[in-house]
Amino acid sequence: MLAYLRSTFNDTGSVVLFTGRFFKEAVGRPFEWNEFIKQCYATGNKSLPLVGITGFIMGLVLTIQSRPTLARFGAETMLPGMVAVSLVREVIPVVTALICAGKISSGIGAELGSMKVTEQIDAMEVSAINPYKYLVVTRIMAATLMIPLLTIFSDFVGVFGGFVGFNIHSEANLSRYFSLVLTSVDFIDMVPATIKTFFFGFAIGLIGCYKGFTAANGTASVGIAANSAVVAASFSIFIIDLLAVQLTDFLTT
Amino acid sequence: MGTTTKSNTETDTPIINIKGLYKSFGKDNAILKGVNITVNKGENLVVLGKSGSGKSVTIKCMVGLVATDNGQINIFGTEITQLDEKELNQIRLRIGFLFQNSALYDSMSVRQNLVFPLKRHSKNLTEEEVDKAIKEGLENVGLADAIDKMPSELSGGMRKRIGLARTLILKPEIVLYDEPTTGLDPITSREISELIMAIQKKNKTTSVIITHDMECARLTGDRLVILKDGVIYTEGSYEVLANSEDEWVKSFFVSSCPPANKTTQ
Repeated sequence: MLAYLRSTFNDTGSVVLFTGRFFKEAVGRPFEWNEFIKQCYATGNKSLPLVGITGFIMGLVLTIQSRPTLARFGAETMLPGMVAVSLVREVIPVVTALICAGKISSGIGAELGSMKVTEQIDAMEVSAINPYKYLVVTRIMAATLMIPLLTIFSDFVGVFGGFVGFNIHSEANLSRYFSLVLTSVDFIDMVPATIKTFFFGFAIGLIGCYKGFTAANGTASVGIAANSAVVAASFSIFIIDLLAVQLTDFLTT
Repeated sequence: MGTTTKSNTETDTPIINIKGLYKSFGKDNAILKGVNITVNKGENLVVLGKSGSGKSVTIKCMVGLVATDNGQINIFGTEITQLDEKELNQIRLRIGFLFQNSALYDSMSVRQNLVFPLKRHSKNLTEEEVDKAIKEGLENVGLADAIDKMPSELSGGMRKRIGLARTLILKPEIVLYDEPTTGLDPITSREISELIMAIQKKNKTTSVIITHDMECARLTGDRLVILKDGVIYTEGSYEVLANSEDEWVKSFFVSSCPPANKTTQ
């Protein structure tokens, strides 16, 4: 029990130090622009189809499942607005972040973990290249920037999924559907939902990098790094979501 | 024990001077217990020792990859254990390090592997000069045609050569080799050893070579030191150590695969 507590506190301490080092290295020159853009492409563009399909399905499913309840009260016209608010406020940001935790965080954990095990990070260090700046700062910043963009993209695809689901039993053209959506979704719904995705992105990048960068020796640790990155990143997304909803609730009421 | 020979070096100025180096991992796992090593300019020093005797840790301490517990490491007249990251990087630029598994960057082609350190540290070079330096580096290791290959397409020996080309691209004054022939067949091992010698002669570098391969030690070493129980057990030239009376030292030099006897029936 004591050993468990000690290792938990040790881990927490090293995550805090790792995060502190990120801010210190991120502001120092030179900034690795080429690697940053490459990572933005790798995390953003390559996750686009996966995030888009997931968003579409969430919109479609939520519409189909909510219809019977609303139909019972004759309130089917409320369906587009209600689904869109759920999607934009909660479902899409969290689902997109969880998908990215699985894809990006584990990818970063495995990549950096294997670079550590095969001494590639050491090789960078002995060539007087700062591996933290080159590998960690760029990846965390790319994830922090790309997750919100992916979420906004997925918001639109999700609402379109809702439109398709709505048209299974009812008829509405796209402009009518979007006008019903926009009467319910305010700009204020978008702001906290998008702000929290920056934190999701930061957590995804940070945890992936931390797990990979601190991987032990041996190939087994690469698997452990990837796996624990997904678990920790997914869990932290829910914690951030919990804190964000409390804060939004406090500020808006 | 302690048999020393005069090394055939250009000068006898120590370029690396390690005194009383201590390093342990955890409470009861002391690896180095007061290692003293001096390497003169232009000398090729081979470090021998059993697996886990701390050979790799010693050279990793020399480039600041592993923090020392105690002791002094003086390289180019600078005490490197006291330096901050920026000052240490200035020393690291003058030292090359060939890793045991070559440590080529998997996500980059051979060309990019060589360009990566070169462009960062020689910013004034034009594209033509960078191209020329890379071609020359690859020609030196005999692999000019592998320039656009990915590391995954290369054999173990080729990876080692590319690793060597990358190590030498910044023209280091000292090169540290971590088991350069491990995992290679005897023919390739010999080729790598000869390549190390050829490069050493051409670039006039000082080298520290860690190896288990006695053929490599014989070919490359001006002087050999043997690590045992965290300290330098003995040192001397290959010939002197090969004829040592000490049973433990002798065991390094006994061929593990004696020639087969011909039997007649």
